[in-house]
Amino acid sequence: MKELLLIILPLVAAAFAAAWPGERLRPWLLPATGLVHAVLSIWLLLDPPPFAPSDWLAFDPLARAVLPAVSLLFLVCSAYAVPYLRARTERPNRVFVASLLAVLGLLSAGHQARHLGVLWIATEAVTLAAVPLLHFNGTARAFEATWKYLLVGGTGIALSLLGSFCLGYASLRGGGAGDLTFSALSAQGAALSRPWMLAAWVLLLVGYGTKMGLAPMHTWKPDAYGEAPGIVGALLAGGVTTVAFTALLRVRAVVSAGGAGAVADRTLLAIGLFSMLVAALFLLGTRDFKRMLAYSSVEHMGILSIGAALGGAGAWAALFHVWANSLTKGALFLSAGNMRRAAGGSTMDAVRGLSTLTPHSAAIFVAGMLAVTACPPFGPFFSELRVVRAAFSGGQGTAATVFLGCLMFAFFGLTRVVFGIVDGRPRAAAVATARRFPENAGVVLPPLVLLGLSLWLGVHTPAVLREAWSAAVSQLFPGP
Amino acid sequence: MSATVNLLVGLVMGLNLLALGSGRLPALIRTVSLQGMALGLMPLLIETDFNWLVAAVAVGTVAGKGFLIPHLLRRAMRAANIDREVEPFIGFVPSLLLGAGGTIAAVAITGELPLLPEHAGSLLVAGAMASVLTGFTLLIGRAKAVAQVCGYLILENGIYLFGLLLIRATPLLVEAGILLDVTVGVFVIGIIVDRIQRAFDSLDTRKLTVLRE
Repeated sequence: MKELLLIILPLVAAAFAAAWPGERLRPWLLPATGLVHAVLSIWLLLDPPPFAPSDWLAFDPLARAVLPAVSLLFLVCSAYAVPYLRARTERPNRVFVASLLAVLGLLSAGHQARHLGVLWIATEAVTLAAVPLLHFNGTARAFEATWKYLLVGGTGIALSLLGSFCLGYASLRGGGAGDLTFSALSAQGAALSRPWMLAAWVLLLVGYGTKMGLAPMHTWKPDAYGEAPGIVGALLAGGVTTVAFTALLRVRAVVSAGGAGAVADRTLLAIGLFSMLVAALFLLGTRDFKRMLAYSSVEHMGILSIGAALGGAGAWAALFHVWANSLTKGALFLSAGNMRRAAGGSTMDAVRGLSTLTPHSAAIFVAGMLAVTACPPFGPFFSELRVVRAAFSGGQGTAATVFLGCLMFAFFGLTRVVFGIVDGRPRAAAVATARRFPENAGVVLPPLVLLGLSLWLGVHTPAVLREAWSAAVSQLFPGP
Repeated sequence: MSATVNLLVGLVMGLNLLALGSGRLPALIRTVSLQGMALGLMPLLIETDFNWLVAAVAVGTVAGKGFLIPHLLRRAMRAANIDREVEPFIGFVPSLLLGAGGTIAAVAITGELPLLPEHAGSLLVAGAMASVLTGFTLLIGRAKAVAQVCGYLILENGIYLFGLLLIRATPLLVEAGILLDVTVGVFVIGIIVDRIQRAFDSLDTRKLTVLRE
């Protein structure tokens, strides 16, 4: 029952937010719901509920390994949302708050979906619910970003439906009775019709890969992350991408049970390396610090995809990286939002001297940048180290070398932009805008908390999480 | 029964080509709306014994794809007061050749695919592939947002055609999902189009070029 509350509660809160008349009190619904959601999901993490393989929605080991990270991220973001929306009273927040809560509920549904159709419906609904969040700022640039997000994302999601149909047809052709839960599909094993299954894998990889932002389907990402408020960027990069990744993990398990695991792993590895390469090249070229975060997200999605391709040890590392990346990216996006507001711009040409304009946010941003480029002792360092180790022990030395090379170029690209905007003397006009958006505890503490969580994940990974990731890996890779 | 379905799929394929050759937006919208109505009839023909769910799917599809969405598209077009030319990136003749070649290839490939015995003589898979290809050609090859939305609709229509293969076996959930999401998705796209024109006073996606590297 608690696991269904994770879905229902935010959706009810969303309806409530849409009906609530007052602009000033409405944002408080966010932390209230976020808190209950986080408590519930951590409770479920510590005390996993029983579930039947035929359930359509269940808090199974994979959901348990990932969903609490999203829940924590949302809680911190929602605490940030209250002071953020207070600073942005010129924009009505009814739709924004309701959509944000709806996204949380649908993300919970997507993570817990054990049925091909339910998974697709949840992902599609998240895509649509995120649209109002992207054009919250209402500028022409925000509309452009939203249009691209909807067209590229909509096409991707359409292809993943086609892929779901193909997988369904593979099951029918193999004598299945139309049961599209992942357990039933895996149980069919080699009976699944191979051509249809492979077609399904390609379409689902492209479809859910578009949602994740794997290159070359990442084109919506820089625009969307660049124009959306920081809090939305944090949730897209840490929550929506995660649901697409778990979708791919579930489908990969079916394809692997169907006897094409090697094909799936090769494609995941190739697309992951390509994403890292594209991201590294664009990171060397971009001059906008919010778009930079988008390319960094593409890079980390590549890392997840590579991890998923490297068997049990790699998948364990990938689940670790989901946590590390979500929390660290959250810190980066929230502090970037503070900096963007104060500076009134987001390119290296327009912005300088953030270390004097917004000293706290700039410090968090620099530390977050080091964390996300895998400097010890933050979480991403340990998760990426495990990915590299899994690659070498799996005989993928070339892939590991390319991986490390891309990380290095990404480091160059990120440091170039970050120090370009943090150093120097701020412009006179920016000093005036910064006075309008002063840093206060409400907007500085949330990213700091996320950074702290990332650090904690690195130096002292909780045993319960290690155990949850192992359980998820044994669900995804059932032993022979 | 399957002969009638095949006839309708043939009609859908013909409408694909008509859409690729349309030089005016109202004609394109009319083509898409006709295609939607043809699709709406199919579940009734495929499901031999009448049941309420299938009837609801059919009515919903005809109403949504055939009337509601085309109406929204026309409204967006009128509100924006744009000229009616489609303005292709990929010319009409290359588009048509691509579409025709794709349709022939789709029919040829279908013969090679491992289908269930009851789908052996059906054109559904070929129609689905041809429509998906047509949808992509329009999405990539047209400048106006309204024309791109029409391309997206044809792409969705192709996926719907493929879904019809599963209509008997899978729970109603999948078909309910298709309807809801296709309709809502395009609905939202319609609203976005509405917004875009307010911000840009034009529905020309070529002007959406501020955000780039």
